[in-house]
Amino acid sequence: MSMQPIKRGLAVLALMGLALPALAQTTVSDAWVRASVPHQQSTGAFMTLTASSDSKLVGVASPVAKTVQVHEMTMNGDVMGMKEVKTVELPAGKPVSLDPNGYHVMLMGLTQQVKEGEKVPLTLTIEDAKGAKETLDVQAEVRALTAGAGGHDHMHMNH
Amino acid sequence: MNDLLTRRAVVAGMGVLGLGLLAGCNPARGLDFKYGKNMSNEILGRKFRLKDPQGNERTLSSFYGSMPMIFFGFTQCPAVCPTALARAAQIKKLLKGRDRDLFQVVFITLDPERDTPEVLDAYLKAFDPTFTALTGTPEEIAEVAKEFKVFYEKVPAGDTYTISHSSTSYVYDTRGTLRLSLGHSLNAQECAEDLRTLMEIC
Repeated sequence: MSMQPIKRGLAVLALMGLALPALAQTTVSDAWVRASVPHQQSTGAFMTLTASSDSKLVGVASPVAKTVQVHEMTMNGDVMGMKEVKTVELPAGKPVSLDPNGYHVMLMGLTQQVKEGEKVPLTLTIEDAKGAKETLDVQAEVRALTAGAGGHDHMHMNH
Repeated sequence: MNDLLTRRAVVAGMGVLGLGLLAGCNPARGLDFKYGKNMSNEILGRKFRLKDPQGNERTLSSFYGSMPMIFFGFTQCPAVCPTALARAAQIKKLLKGRDRDLFQVVFITLDPERDTPEVLDAYLKAFDPTFTALTGTPEEIAEVAKEFKVFYEKVPAGDTYTISHSSTSYVYDTRGTLRLSLGHSLNAQECAEDLRTLMEIC
């Protein structure tokens, strides 16, 4: 199954944490998507974002899903709450993690099953303090449905 | 102490002779859980009647002889549910021999409209082929959630919805008596330790 062509060079640069010229830069690391089973309609995408100047994540798009939103998971007693957020603050130099225990990207209305080992293209829109927008293309690796909360095989539940 | 031991030995002996595993826990002894909550005095989930993905009707008594760990969720859930299932799979790996055989994971969907039996089956089997999913009509699920005092509500998200819900897991002994609740923040080691405490005397 072939993915839509993407700006591979840009994604690689972003993943390696190298600076992109002439813009407030945001780097993305450890981007991954949880694999889905056939007919499952949504799944989550996770990553760590680091902006060079105060910025915010204002949008995410992907060809594999009809709707992409950023959700925030909160625990209130033993109740797991989920709600959509329009923006995620990215303070300068501070890595912000989108993981299963907090903010994360929801890919809803999947157009296809996402399988372990594939790559899912994500386009992130970041806005800096002056209102200038940049877009980042990321190739997120699809990890097993059973992947732990930290993206590795161990879990860290408390931050 | 000696008297108690003797009495317990007799009771245990009768149990082994009579009903084997089904004799269950000796309630005389307090369950000393380190991480989870002793639920021996609570009555939850006694009357549920739901279906597994193969269409078989399941009640609590279907799990007599094993120790079911029951929790609620939905497969479109990106965070808590796969984490809870991954934890359950890890717990199973940490348990050995008879303990591992006794441990039975039961996942009840709170989203029966989207979690079709096929999706549920594939989803659970991705974690462990022995995990069981249960589903029913939306009305049946609402009834069961109430019986377990499980809170859940649909939250609109774009043109679809997500679900906020309780994330506690409930463990029953081999006779279907509720014994232990395990919060979402506990890790697999902590859960396994409490399960061993329960399994030691059951």
